[in-house]
Amino acid sequence: MSGVLLTRLGKLWLLSILFFLYAPILVMAFMSFNASQYYQLPFEFSLKWYEKLALNTEILDAATRSIAIAIVTTVVATVLGTAASVALFRFEFRGKRFLQVMLFPPIAIPWLITGTAMLIFFFGIGLGRGTPSVIIGHVALAIPYVIVVVSARLATFDATLEEAARSLGANAWTVTRRVTFPWIVPGIIAGALFAFAVSFDQFVISYFLSEPGDSTLPVLIYTSIRKGFTPEINAISTIIISVSMVVMLIAARFSNFGGER
Amino acid sequence: MAEVSVKNVTKKFGNFTALDDVSMEFPDGGFFALLGPSGSGKSTLLRTIAGFLFADSGSIHIGNKSVDLIPVEKREIGMMFQNYALFPNMTIADNVGFGLRVRKVSSDEERRRIGEALELVQLSTLGDRKPHQLSGGQRQRVALARAIVTNPRVLLLDEPLSALDKSLRVDMQVELKRIQHEIGITTIFVTHDQEEALTLSDKIGILREGRMIQSGPPRSVYNNPVDRFTAEFLGDANIVAENDGNGRLNVSGNPSIKIPEGAETASALAVRPESLSISATEPEQEGLSKVHGRLVQRMFAGAMSTCIVQCGSHTYKMVARDQDVPNLSEGENIWLSWKSAQTIVIP
Ligand SMILES: Nc1ncnc2c1ncn2[C@@H]1O[C@H](COP(=O)(O)OP(=O)(O)OP(=O)(O)O)[C@@H](O)[C@H]1O
Ligand SMILES: [Mg+2]
Repeated sequence: MSGVLLTRLGKLWLLSILFFLYAPILVMAFMSFNASQYYQLPFEFSLKWYEKLALNTEILDAATRSIAIAIVTTVVATVLGTAASVALFRFEFRGKRFLQVMLFPPIAIPWLITGTAMLIFFFGIGLGRGTPSVIIGHVALAIPYVIVVVSARLATFDATLEEAARSLGANAWTVTRRVTFPWIVPGIIAGALFAFAVSFDQFVISYFLSEPGDSTLPVLIYTSIRKGFTPEINAISTIIISVSMVVMLIAARFSNFGGER
Repeated sequence: MAEVSVKNVTKKFGNFTALDDVSMEFPDGGFFALLGPSGSGKSTLLRTIAGFLFADSGSIHIGNKSVDLIPVEKREIGMMFQNYALFPNMTIADNVGFGLRVRKVSSDEERRRIGEALELVQLSTLGDRKPHQLSGGQRQRVALARAIVTNPRVLLLDEPLSALDKSLRVDMQVELKRIQHEIGITTIFVTHDQEEALTLSDKIGILREGRMIQSGPPRSVYNNPVDRFTAEFLGDANIVAENDGNGRLNVSGNPSIKIPEGAETASALAVRPESLSISATEPEQEGLSKVHGRLVQRMFAGAMSTCIVQCGSHTYKMVARDQDVPNLSEGENIWLSWKSAQTIVIP
């Protein structure tokens, strides 16, 4: 009896967590289809905010720029981060422990501080503000996440597999490609998703490093809600949330998130 | 000519010497065991032969060619690992074919050779499975098939059977020996298990603290150990007399232990448990060495029985077929005797 009760309570608990997580998002999505600009009820279905959005080049440009920056960041950070993880896994060298420990502070340091430091640095080296600085900043932020995630996957890798492959005649490149890589693919996918999220969600660093004319989507959303809220923002947010949920579900399905295979 | 030869190899880790001037010859087609206590350098020696480690000095030849500067992947070795190290993402057939694909063998020939290798290890029907769908013994066979399919010059095995339970291990020993014999591959094999080493090999090498103490055919090492360590490590040995420090053997005031001719200055005399006979009365035959003592314990273990006998300050262990042990009870006074020719002289 009490077992059934506990199961019920557990389900209720889970449902309430999901409710608190998703209720604000659902309200926002709901309102993006409401005709009233001031969130007035009764609900009157309309696609007008989506139509307006389709004509708002400022938001669309920012969204395109954000996606482009996130893709570049993901590719660069995933390649560099994966290579670094494999090197850290395979080789012993002086200062390795130190290097590994030093990967964590950037994750914990408040972005405001990192952003200030980067701004000073980019001006110091004469690069200044702009998309290149934003990309470099995002890559620097994303690499530790990739390394942590890929290394966690590598920690479950049996190094004697590499030795076995070498004893069978495979050179270092073949060993990596045919033995190590297939094992860490789930970690690489998870790391890439993190890198994408770090870049695409990034507000503080982007705000500091982008030039006023070419802000990323989060920066644009921030500046426009300061001017006054428009349901177009609801519309673009709804699109983004739908897309990212689909991507996450697909990724979760294919990668097992680093779980055993 | 030796297929593999290890000449004066020294290997250090920091300032710890893991291999100290080790030399051993491994003639073509033989089955060799490296034996020694934990930490004696067996794996280090095997891994140096494989090329995973490089010697600090000395040299290793495979097939008359120095391989000191040749990396693992070019040494033409086959290796089997303790945990099998099968590639989890590949099928059994792909695992076995890995070395062939790396060598860019045509796909027809690859298929044929995978088939032959799987047949050799009697797993022909399992080619499409993944490693996690096999039992321990089957994985073992796959690992073996994968190691030999490329026709390596030498097969290296680091405690390949230690993860198997006793009965499966004996089956695999027989299997391994059969396959080795069938393809005639030079095989070097690391083991903790002295019985395994004695059963399987044409020649064994005993390592201790990084030094090669003795190498030779199992029977000769067993019967003529070069020192007390080897005598006691390889099988059991009852030390019956020790050097008294003045260069003379001390038989503990027991004149019925005969000192073999020329052995007066040896460091010790020993006798194997299976050489001993036990009796309630003093045996009168000629040419026997004997000691008087008290039966402390008698242990029945199926085919064989073990007796522990206390003779003064010495404890003797005796092993015999149960029907050859007279009906004696624990605590009785008895005699142990052995043919003097069975006395092992430790130089
Ligand atoms: N990479 C290494 N760095 C430092 N010391 C090492 C290294 N590899 C082995 N050793 C040391 O060298 C010695 C010999 O090791 P090895 O693995 O060859 O022993 P082994 O005879 O195979 O022992 P076991 O029977 O336990 O496997 C050990 O004392 C070990 O601690
Ligand atoms: Mg070992």
